[in-house]
Amino acid sequence: MAETALNSVARSSAAIGPTRTRITLTRVATVLALALIWEIVARSGLLYEDVVPPLGKVAQAFVALLVAPATYHHLGVTAWEVLAGFALGFLAGVAVGVPMGARRLFGDAVGPYVDGFATAPKIIFLPIAMLAFGIGIASKIALAALSAFFPVAIVTAAGVRQIDPVLVRVGRSFRLTGWQMATRIYLPAMRAAVVTSMRLGFGLAVVGTLLGEIKLSNAGLGFLANEHYSNFRIPELYAVLLLVFILAVGTNSLMSRLGRRRGVKAPAL
Amino acid sequence: MSRRTRAAVAGLIGVAAAALAVEAVVRLGWISPLIIAPPSSLPGAFGKLWVEGFVVQPFALTIGQAFAATSAAALAGIPCGYLLWRRPTLGTAYEPWIGAAFAAPTILLFPLFLVLFGRTYATTIFVGFLAAVIPVVLKTREAFLGVPRVLLDVGRSLRLSEAALVRRIAFPAAVPGIFTGLRLALIYALVNIIGMEFLIDFGGLGRIVSEMYFRYEIPGMYAAIFLIVAVSWTFLAALARLETWLRPR
Repeated sequence: MAETALNSVARSSAAIGPTRTRITLTRVATVLALALIWEIVARSGLLYEDVVPPLGKVAQAFVALLVAPATYHHLGVTAWEVLAGFALGFLAGVAVGVPMGARRLFGDAVGPYVDGFATAPKIIFLPIAMLAFGIGIASKIALAALSAFFPVAIVTAAGVRQIDPVLVRVGRSFRLTGWQMATRIYLPAMRAAVVTSMRLGFGLAVVGTLLGEIKLSNAGLGFLANEHYSNFRIPELYAVLLLVFILAVGTNSLMSRLGRRRGVKAPAL
Repeated sequence: MSRRTRAAVAGLIGVAAAALAVEAVVRLGWISPLIIAPPSSLPGAFGKLWVEGFVVQPFALTIGQAFAATSAAALAGIPCGYLLWRRPTLGTAYEPWIGAAFAAPTILLFPLFLVLFGRTYATTIFVGFLAAVIPVVLKTREAFLGVPRVLLDVGRSLRLSEAALVRRIAFPAAVPGIFTGLRLALIYALVNIIGMEFLIDFGGLGRIVSEMYFRYEIPGMYAAIFLIVAVSWTFLAALARLETWLRPR
């Protein structure tokens, strides 16, 4: 009889879970099955030619993308937009999040508005950014900053609220200066919140930038994807989106790993 | 006056002050009204949107798509989450993948969906579905994993069959957790669908922002953006309240 959650629970608490080999086999089988289904669909002629290109064609396009110098120009533009936007959004988010967490009245007064704007899709603010800064790099930086701002502000406020008041009292009883309080008490106590807010903020800055680029721009990986889409170069489009996806998921998991390595636990929101 | 009321009043005073400041800055000519619409123009712009049919019908369209995407996510996601719990090998094998997919920006793949489905509701609903199905799967599995062992033991001591154990005990105990997944799913679907509508100039509320921008009707564009913020926020708050109300105490 197959191993099920119910009969595994039914045995003693020392019941052995699924073995590593079975898990690896399941994963390998899944990847192979998906690749096979993809190839069958690609070669079946059920869809328009190249809508689902054979994997070989996508791999070729991906390699061509990696060796093309233009790719690195677009990558550089996107990276600059993301980094500059994230830095601005992070600073603004901390500047608003700290008083939101530290001053209860301010937090309760501003919180609902921050939550309201945080829920809405940030891409709808792109027209405002374009009216103010044009369709170039600056409007994408603005959108990235706006995307990063909200999670940073919300997580920072939650981080400040979670600081143990005893720590603050200890600092005060030692007559620490404002700077010492910030660097010796508040910042170390908020390390978890800072790392979480950076991860969330950075992830959203990447998405904001790329969506902005795809909608309307003149450079960047999103622009490149849109160019391929408009000219119906589908394997190339798959290759760019694959690269974008690898970069987005890679940076996200790198940041969570960095957070974990430092023994940082995210604050409960 | 209670603390909450004081905070709400302070918030409203802050918003009014900010609106006045923006109005002054625009009227003094420091910022062009073609970049920031003066707040005094927004009620009129909203009225115009309403008269031109840019509020009720687009709202219904967007909400309809969000519900369609969430229903599809529930139909696919709840059985998947259940299966991942019933078969621990599958659960352990796929859990990290699904976790990664949860954090992954699937909306970035929208040009592919445009290629596959064209500029149709299938694209917007599919993007909503993709965003919605992952929290449903994850929360369903978590909900089943969280069923107290003692409840299952009681069922077993009453010699219930496996099917009855699931139907009578595990599933009812997992319902609150599954509902959390559905709540998240609806919000993710709504937000992603609005974003998609804006990106591909198609559908309901998101399209209105794009249309106003291309028509260069700046107050109308701001009114549409504020409408979307209000809709997203109301949805979030209403669903959170519904969940607290439904959760067994």
